Amino acid sequence: MARAAVLGRLTWRVGEVRALREETPTARTLILHVPGWPGHQAGQHVDVRLTAPDGYTAVRSYSLANSLANAPDAERVELTVQRVPDGEVSPYLTRILAVGDPLEIRGPVGGWFVWRPDRPEPVQLVAGGSGVVPLMAMIRTHRAASSRAPMRLLYSVRDPEAALYREELADLAASEDGPEVTCVYTRAAPPGRSRAPGRIDADLLAAATWPPEAGPSCYVCGPTGFVERAADLLVAAGHEPARIRTERFGPSGGSR
Amino acid sequence: MNTPTPAHVDGNAAAGVLREVFAVDLTAAVGQCDNCGCAVVLAEARLYTRAPGMVGRCPGCQAILFRVVRGPDRTWLDLRGLRCIEVSLPDS
Repeated sequence: MARAAVLGRLTWRVGEVRALREETPTARTLILHVPGWPGHQAGQHVDVRLTAPDGYTAVRSYSLANSLANAPDAERVELTVQRVPDGEVSPYLTRILAVGDPLEIRGPVGGWFVWRPDRPEPVQLVAGGSGVVPLMAMIRTHRAASSRAPMRLLYSVRDPEAALYREELADLAASEDGPEVTCVYTRAAPPGRSRAPGRIDADLLAAATWPPEAGPSCYVCGPTGFVERAADLLVAAGHEPARIRTERFGPSGGSR
Repeated sequence: MNTPTPAHVDGNAAAGVLREVFAVDLTAAVGQCDNCGCAVVLAEARLYTRAPGMVGRCPGCQAILFRVVRGPDRTWLDLRGLRCIEVSLPDS
């Protein structure tokens, strides 16, 4: 695993696209083989670099979606990319990139927004839109490492169609020691839902997340506005700010 | 956009460009804001990226903590707003 011990100079590596998985109509997962990959922890991200024929480059950050805990292939890297309308990088990654193509990445980077499976305390995950990606890496690591830390996910997404990892989350939630998953919708909820579509609020937080007395570590990821709101609600509910880690990726529909 | 959205992300997104220069992950380090004196995990800084480089600001007082510009073969780093940086080194 990538402990923060002695790190070599961070350099660009060339991975090869081994498979592509369409997650929603506007998001897909790139499954890469990266020779010499040093490993990563749940919550870390990579930078992806695209270079145009004239030498112009664009760099974007994407969260790692897969867990390497007990994984058979230590050089496997999965990135889930949400297409941003008018984006410079994500339309290429979600539409044009094909199996067999090379892709330049560097990482893993980021040692703050990280969850380690040896942590025993409860974990509260709060995701807005594609902010679920690094939290999914935490959920997958939780499963792969057989962690007993109780884990809950509150996932706010526009509508059921836009939800990432829908089937896998449902399967995990139904399994023993799996996370408790609550999905809420901001624009359109599936039929039969009692809660009207809308943004997260204090009542929802009280009903679907760990109370502060449980002493959870909280991880919040999503568009900047969502993260600010969710973090403020958690603090207002009594959670210690120091127990809340956040990652913002900008206006909704942002890059990660 | 229906609602005005702040144009910033956070210091997590500067991890790559900083790790090119530093031997440790600087985003997990705690900086002290030179303007207001508060302690800021650099991952929690407000990061503005719509510029030739990245500008990290204090989430408390908005003062500039750091600026990073990556050129074709070099990096410029301006740490003007950080009075002190505390780096955790558990293995050494």
